[in-house]
Amino acid sequence: MTAPTTGTIDQVKAPTTTGVRCGRRRRWLHRDLLGVLPFFVFVTIFLFIPTLVVVIGAFAGDDGRPTLENISALSDGYIVDAFVRSITLSAVTAIIGAVIGALVGYAVVTAGPDSLVRRLVTSACGVLAQFGGVTLAFAFIATIGLSGFVTVFLHDSLGIDIFAGGVWLFDLPGLVLVYTYFQIPLMVIVFLPALDGIRPQWREATESLGGSTWYYWRHVAGPLLAPAFLGSTLLLFANAFSAYATAAALVSQGSPIVPLQIRSALTSEVLLGRENLGKAMALGMVVVVALVMWLYGLLQRRTTRWLD
Amino acid sequence: MAGLRKRRARRQRVLRWIVVTVLAVLFVLPLFAMLEFTTRGPGDSLSWETWRVFFDWPALGEAYPILWTGMKASFWLVLLSVALTLVLLVPTVVWVRLRLPRIRRLVEFISLLPLTVPAIVLVVGLAPVYAWVVYFVGGSSWTLMFAYTILALPFAYRAIDAGLSAIDVRTLSEAARSLGSSWATVMWRVVLPNIRSAVLSAAFLTVALVLGEFTIASLLNRDNIQVAINQLGKSSAQMSVAVSLAALVLAFVLLFLLSFAGRRRHRERKTS
Repeated sequence: MTAPTTGTIDQVKAPTTTGVRCGRRRRWLHRDLLGVLPFFVFVTIFLFIPTLVVVIGAFAGDDGRPTLENISALSDGYIVDAFVRSITLSAVTAIIGAVIGALVGYAVVTAGPDSLVRRLVTSACGVLAQFGGVTLAFAFIATIGLSGFVTVFLHDSLGIDIFAGGVWLFDLPGLVLVYTYFQIPLMVIVFLPALDGIRPQWREATESLGGSTWYYWRHVAGPLLAPAFLGSTLLLFANAFSAYATAAALVSQGSPIVPLQIRSALTSEVLLGRENLGKAMALGMVVVVALVMWLYGLLQRRTTRWLD
Repeated sequence: MAGLRKRRARRQRVLRWIVVTVLAVLFVLPLFAMLEFTTRGPGDSLSWETWRVFFDWPALGEAYPILWTGMKASFWLVLLSVALTLVLLVPTVVWVRLRLPRIRRLVEFISLLPLTVPAIVLVVGLAPVYAWVVYFVGGSSWTLMFAYTILALPFAYRAIDAGLSAIDVRTLSEAARSLGSSWATVMWRVVLPNIRSAVLSAAFLTVALVLGEFTIASLLNRDNIQVAINQLGKSSAQMSVAVSLAALVLAFVLLFLLSFAGRRRHRERKTS
């Protein structure tokens, strides 16, 4: 993914060196490019170089020589397990989030674009979806942690012990619950524009031709919204797959998912000299996310054809 | 036909209220639980001690030095990251629209690229880059603004690009140029006032992002508010939950205000 980007940058920069010699038009182009120089310098230092560090590091041994050791180490049992768990967690929360989020989005969109309900819901969703992280983990510890409000309430008044089968909050099931809490709001945010694109005339047209509500959803709105729905689900997947803060604050033992594995590869001193393994895992994450985002881009193009 | 529509509108209203109510309960429940958690006193009593300390800033700084450093660092990071993001992005995007339309797609692609590079991956690659940053300008927390500007790039770019699409930048700038103003004047007095709400929403999004960022700060061993909350969680859970609650409420108010800024832009476009 990095290679084509840097390639195009070279092409952009190319006229700067030759421009002076080739006539007036060229010189203007050369001067215009100076205007975007700060931007390109900045993204080169803080985006391209870090990405390159990861890509090159993934193929380099501790002595700096090229090797495939790190990549083949990705097939170690515990790393494969971490990837499988990460992907499962992301897929499950993406599907739950997409279905519930789409329903919420539909309910909100019927209220009209300037209504207070919509403003409140989108603001709340924005907070939960983008701000989440550590604060969300602590919110859950206060709610259904060992001495959380709901836990204590259920235990004292109804005699239900939600942790009877073990404390699941600080493990994978807990992650599913907390992730869903930021996946649903994200779905609302990303799916609203598509729902806004549905025109009431389409429904009226269906009805005047004798179509039922079921027929409308099955044959008109459903197919139109399907690419946007799938695209949003992919976005949710990528979001959960990249998330780190919530898991870091919540999970107390071990490193069940890939981001936490990368953390232990970065920080542990027991496995000294395996820093490049972290880079290989990071590269693995980029590959997964890039693939998902590429599919998302394809679906996005199909969506905008109708629902713009 | 009209009866059908009225019936559907009623059904939609019922669905809307059910969904919104369920959502409100699910949203408010953790907030309420956090409030309840932070007001637990000894025994089963109600105590506002945590909140009294929270609002008594000198005492807060003394009792929880990590929290105080984190808050200060986040405050500066917010200001610096917003400034850097806007200074870097606004002139570039405007300039590309006016003079270099051929590389517009490229700039867009680069600006959206951080969406594909998770923060946890970025931090792996940033470690050696920050070794150089420390060498040149030192290792204090404000240097995180470089990384945060990268993280904010996609959101800020979308906001600013949407704002610019709503106005005719080219005509405006040509008019100003033909009347003898410099590029700086065009930028500062012609383009900027016209995309004010877009710039505002880019700034708001960056603020929310910087206030909520944990991954990079924690793995580069810098301090910010989220790192402080996480560290505090191990020693004094009540205070860390209190800070979390305050941060969530602050972010909600911020985004609610933003929704009004965004709407105004819509109306402006409609009337123009």
